[in-house]
This record gives sequence, C-alpha cells and structure tokens, in this order.
Amino acid sequence: MKRLFIELIRAPLSAQFGMAVILLYILVALFAPVLAPFGETEVVGDGFAPWGGQFLLGTDNLGRDMFSRLVFGARNTLGIAFLTTVLAFLLGGTCGLVAAIKGGWVDQGLSRVVDILMAIPQLIFALLILSVVGTTATSLVLVIALLDATRVFRLARAVAMTVVVQDFVEAARLRGEGLWWLVTREVLPNAAAPLIAEFGLRFCFVFLFISALSFLGLGIQPPTADWGSMVRDNAVLITFGDVSPLLPALAVALITVSVNFVVDWMLHKSSGLKEC
Amino acid sequence: MNKPLVNSASPLLTIRDLQIEGHYEDAWHPLVKGIDLTLQRGEVLGLIGESGAGKSTLGLAAMGYTRDGCRITGGSVQFDGMNLLKLAPDDLRKLRGTRIAYVAQSAAASFNPAHRLIDQHIETAVTNAGIGRAQAEAEAIELYRVLRLPNPETIGQRYPHQVSGGQLQRIMTAMAMACYPDLIIFDEPTTALDVTTQIEVLAAIRDAVKRYGSAAIYISHDLAVVAQMADRIMVLRHGKLVEEAETRKMLAAPEEEYTKSLWAVRCFRTEPKPRPRSELPLLEVRKACASYGQQPVLHDVSLSLYRGQTLAVIGESGSGKSSTARLITGLLPATAGQVLYEGNPLPIDFRKRSKEQLRRIQMIYQIPDTALNPRQRIVDIIGRPLSFYLGLKGKALRDRVADLLAMIELDPDKFMERQPRELSGGQKQRICIARALAADPQLIICDEVTSALDQLVAEGILKLLDRVQQQLGVSYLFITHDVATVRAIADEVVVMQRGRVVDHGPRKSIFTPPHQDYTGLLFSSEPEMDPEWLDRILDQRGAGQPLVAQP
Repeated sequence: MKRLFIELIRAPLSAQFGMAVILLYILVALFAPVLAPFGETEVVGDGFAPWGGQFLLGTDNLGRDMFSRLVFGARNTLGIAFLTTVLAFLLGGTCGLVAAIKGGWVDQGLSRVVDILMAIPQLIFALLILSVVGTTATSLVLVIALLDATRVFRLARAVAMTVVVQDFVEAARLRGEGLWWLVTREVLPNAAAPLIAEFGLRFCFVFLFISALSFLGLGIQPPTADWGSMVRDNAVLITFGDVSPLLPALAVALITVSVNFVVDWMLHKSSGLKEC
Repeated sequence: MNKPLVNSASPLLTIRDLQIEGHYEDAWHPLVKGIDLTLQRGEVLGLIGESGAGKSTLGLAAMGYTRDGCRITGGSVQFDGMNLLKLAPDDLRKLRGTRIAYVAQSAAASFNPAHRLIDQHIETAVTNAGIGRAQAEAEAIELYRVLRLPNPETIGQRYPHQVSGGQLQRIMTAMAMACYPDLIIFDEPTTALDVTTQIEVLAAIRDAVKRYGSAAIYISHDLAVVAQMADRIMVLRHGKLVEEAETRKMLAAPEEEYTKSLWAVRCFRTEPKPRPRSELPLLEVRKACASYGQQPVLHDVSLSLYRGQTLAVIGESGSGKSSTARLITGLLPATAGQVLYEGNPLPIDFRKRSKEQLRRIQMIYQIPDTALNPRQRIVDIIGRPLSFYLGLKGKALRDRVADLLAMIELDPDKFMERQPRELSGGQKQRICIARALAADPQLIICDEVTSALDQLVAEGILKLLDRVQQQLGVSYLFITHDVATVRAIADEVVVMQRGRVVDHGPRKSIFTPPHQDYTGLLFSSEPEMDPEWLDRILDQRGAGQPLVAQP
C-alpha cells in the first residue's frame, strides 16, 4: 500500500492529472443522483434556456437541465463503456491465451474467425447488426464487446506467444498441468502488463464508439442521458454561438486524454524504459 | 596503406586508471574500477574473467566507446599518442575500422543479413580509408585465403545466412583486418562455436594476427583458449585487475587465490560407478527415429540408463542430443522405435502419460532465467510439484520446501519469499534443481545445465548434482557439448553426431585411446591448459587433412 502511494507521488504530472480526472468521473458517476439538481429526464423549463440562474448550464432542446444530464451522462456512458470493455477482455483475452497455449487447430480456428470479423469495418458492422437486432443497451454492449474482443484477441495471442515458448511453460506442461493453470498461473501474469495498458486504450475506443453510435442515433436511446446524443440533440445551438453542445464533447475528450496519460505512464513502467 | 610513422618503442595502447559506470536500477554503478593496461605493438593480450567482470566494457573502452547506459567517469585511453576520450567523434570514427577493429562474439548477429558479405567487408576500406573498390575486393579475397576459407574467390558473394557459423566468424575476422589495423579487439570470438569449429577459427585468427603484426586484445572466459592466443594475460574480477603476467608464467604459477581457483576448476572428478549387473535399465531408448516436419533429426538412437547412474550424451550443436531429451520427455514424437521405462513402454506423447509417469522424469534446462516463472515466488515454484504430485499443503508444504532449499545449499529463511529476478544465475539453476527434486523423481534430464554459467559456478552445480545423486540415488541423463564436464561426472557416455549414436561405453573406455574417429576428433579439439596445445594438435592432424571430419 505504501509502495503504491510512493509510485503515485513519483508519477509524472500528466499521469497524476489523468488519474485525478478519472477519479472525478467515477465519483460523479457514482453520486449522480446526489450531485444533479434535477432528474435525468425531467422537463424543468423552456427549451434552450441560457446559462446561469436556475439552470447552471442552461437547458436542452426539450427543456431538461443540461448540468443534470451531463452528470447522469457520465454514469450511463462510462458504465456501458466499462462493462463493454470488461466483456471484450474476458472474451478476447481468454480466447487469445488459449489459442496461444493450445496452438494447432484451436489457434487456426479462432484466428480465422477473428480475421473474418476484422475484415468488416467496425462501424458499418455495428450499424448493420444494431439495426437488425434493435438498439437496446444489452445488444449495444454485446455487439461492441464482440467487435472489440477481436482486437484484444490479437494482442493477447501475440503477447502470450512470446511467453509460451519459454522453458517454464514447457516445464509446467511436462508436469501435467491443466489448461486453466497454464492460462491463469503461468501465462497471464507474464502477459498482464501490456493487457492492462490495452484495457485503458480499449476503454477509450469503446467510449468514443458508443458516443459516435449515439450521435448517429443507434447508440444509447433517449430519453437516457448520453453525451453522444446530447451533442446531436443540441447541435443547432452552435449556429447561435452557444458552446453548450460542446460540453458533452469536451467531457468525452477529457476522459479520453486522461486515460491515455495514465496508460502511457503504465506502459512506460511495464516496459522498463529509462529516461537517460 | 599509409600508416603514420611513429616511434615503435612507445606502447600502442595505454589505459590509465579507467573508471566506467553503468546505469541500471535507477542509479549509476561502477563497472570498471580503475584498471591500468599497456599494450605493445604486435602483442596479444588476453583478458580473462567471469561474466560481469568488465572484460567487454574494457575492450570497448579501448576503442573509446561505451555501450548505451554506460559512461566513462575517469582515467585516460591513449592510442598511439592520441587520447581517445578527448577525440572529436568524427576523428574517432575514422580511427575505428581502419586502425582499431572489433570482432564480436556473435558474428551472425553482427552482419547485416540483407547485404553480401564482401560488400560489408570492404565498406570501411572504401569509405574511410579511401581505397578503390576493385583493390579492396582483391585484398578481401586474399584475406579469405589467409583465413583458410573455402572458395575464397566466391565466398564473399554469399549472404550471411549462406555460410556456417565458423566461416562467418572467420569472415568477420577478415573484415576486421580489412584495413590492416594496428589493434584488433576480439570479444569472445569462439564462445558460440562448437569445439571442432573453434579450433579452426583459433588457428586462423592466430595466423592472421601474426602475419600482419597487429596487436590484439583477446577477451574470453575460457582460460585454455586464451592460453593459445595471448602473450600476456590479465585476470579481471568485479571490474578490478586481479593478476597480470606472461602466459606461461601465469599458467605455471598463478599467485592470487582467485586465479588459482579458476585454474583448479576443471579438476573436479567423480568416481565412476560400475553398471549394476543383471538389472533392468531404468530408461531404455530403442532404435528411436524422429523428425521436425520433413527434416529427420534422429536416426536409430538407442541408449540405456541404469538406476543411480549418470549417462552423458555428448555432441556438437545439431547432433540431436537435445532432440533425444525431447523424445524421452514426450515433447518430440518418435516416428519409430520405443522409449521403455523399467521395461514398460512409455506413451510417445507426454499428454498421454499418467501423472505418475510424468513425475518420475524431471527436467533441468540450459537457461535458468527462462526456466523459472518470473512472476512466482521461490516457495511457489518449488511448492507446486509438491502440491501437484504429492498433495502437500500448508505447513507440511513449507517445511518440505525449506528442506529442499537446504539441500541445494540456499538459506530457506532468506530465499523462500524471493522472486527469481533477485537471484544470480547459479542460484536460479539451484532452484531449478530443487523444483526437479520436489517431484521425487527417479530420472532427471539435465540439458546443458552448466553451459550458461561461469566456470566456478558451474563446478558448484556439478558438485551439488553429484551429492544429490549419492544421497537420493537418482539417475541423470546429462546432455552437454563440453568434454570436460563429461570427463568429470559421467558413468557412461554416448557420443552423438548428426542424429546418430556414433560411440558409447563406460567413461573409462571412452576416454582411453584408441578412440573412434569422431570421438577422437571431438576430444582432441577440447582446448587444454597448455600454450603449445594448438600447435601440437595442428601438427598431429597434418597440413593436408581437413581439420573437421567431413560427413
């Protein structure tokens, strides 16, 4: 615990900034009902009310409080993105490690399936499937998780490949260890560092992807507050010189940059590179 | 070649109180701690020491160069009147390759695989020394002839992967001589080669150095090799000079304790145990064949190993000795033949073997760094076979791990909770031995277990293995390329060449002449601690005969 604290103190400023922002977002997401002055979908005034006064950041096109929706948006967008990334890693990571350890036809089969999935552009694939199965939050999570799992699979397999050729894995095999032991005890601990870094980056991509889909109308559906659709709903304000629709976009940009700062630092630590 | 006229009485290279530091673990640590070195023109100086002694760092510093993450913090390097540490980078670059040259340990890693050998050879001569291309090529071909390379006219047209390791090392030596430098630094040039190849390279290097009168610094961890090459030897340890003397004097009467221990290292011998009569062999391989894809690697290999004995399998790289080990463990499926354990056939695939069958055969690997999971503690590494095979738990498990650690001469209290990266190479190899012993095996396969270790450390491992055998009665299948190791510990010997067993028998009869052709060649290629050895062996083999037996 103390070592972790020292690590954090010694981290570069960019990483500390990133971690502070991420922590802030998490707190906001967790305590959204407490922080928001109004309800998520509550119509509280006229459409497009200006900043200040009763509404801190004005209201949106339907007269809902902008600040409240931003706060709830953190919860929805972050939550769904996090869930999706976790799913993608469970699926892609497990398959990648198993493919690397098993080799042979298991590896061939999984790799070719992933090749097929990756051959289709991600956005078009998502649009296609979502318009067929409908845009519920569940299908959104599952589809994006599946698509991102292919990227995770590739990385996990590549990293695991360099681990499985080492003698200690051979020693474990010759001992007669089962697949589960090989995955969790021998390979995963030695492949964890790049996978953790990838988790951060993947989270950003998923996050952007959900926002993009929402902007296109196929993501998180109204009236649920979501930053992507909030930009779209209020985009018209831009023409009047009002920056309100840029606020959710800014929120997306800030978390993306912050996560990248932290990931950079972690990659740097795990690769053992030294500045000298 | 217009060499500047200089006073030939002054030394070529003078290093005074050289201090070099290396950066690791977030701090600067001294690597070379105040070494003095003087090299006369035409003299060959041997640098000896264990890994980490600072030999290579010193060798590179003689060219005014340090590796990344190293820095020179004090002292001076005078080459022919110039202080290399103060010279402008441009001048320094002109000096390197033309007047100072370097031969690296791994020629294969030092050549650019995308260019023809001769183009790489003449590059320095053409760009730095201003010699015409045609002349440079003619000189290169002459050098190939001097270094006894086959087809000297055409070998330069090949790419690095098209010549053998020994040839590549000689071409690299030729390349270093391209501009007839005053000083050549040889950094372990034969360490990666087989003994029969090493002898050719040694002979070629020595002839060429003598012929062109270059001075040389010859870096090696192998005393016997340095004894053939050097006029004078410096022994280094922990970045400091231990002892310096003429080669003959050094070999005859070393003064320091450390030097004596280096000299004595090859004196360890076990008493050969006679083969037990009328007993079933513990392990028997019968006429086994195997292949990697279409490439056959083993042909009709047969061997048998008795309880409590050590069977050494010796051969050069590519002889199939490691493949034999993989065949026995079930990693390499046999295409014909059988592996019998106590008279019963073992399944050829390790996945089809029972837990009990797997437990009885354990393995120790060549490189202990990759054989231990870097993310596990020592107690987990040694404890896993105990819980997996024997079902030990909790305190019983920890006690047994402590017993095993004590057996391999490591303090249980200190090492139990450590991770592999906190251990030295020799300690790691001991942990590998403990892990093998934890399964309570009857047979341990030792695959080149001492090759990656310094000689003193390796001797400690051999002694440990011998003691364990006497205590527990385990059998060893000992795979090695090192004749001295076989002579030290084998009860029975199998000699392999190109995937076949070419000779076998008890240690005594194998090492007593007359030898079979290949066995004789292999044994006589092992360098001896005698400065005359290379001359003698070359005389014996005669000028007309090839140095290496042809297939």
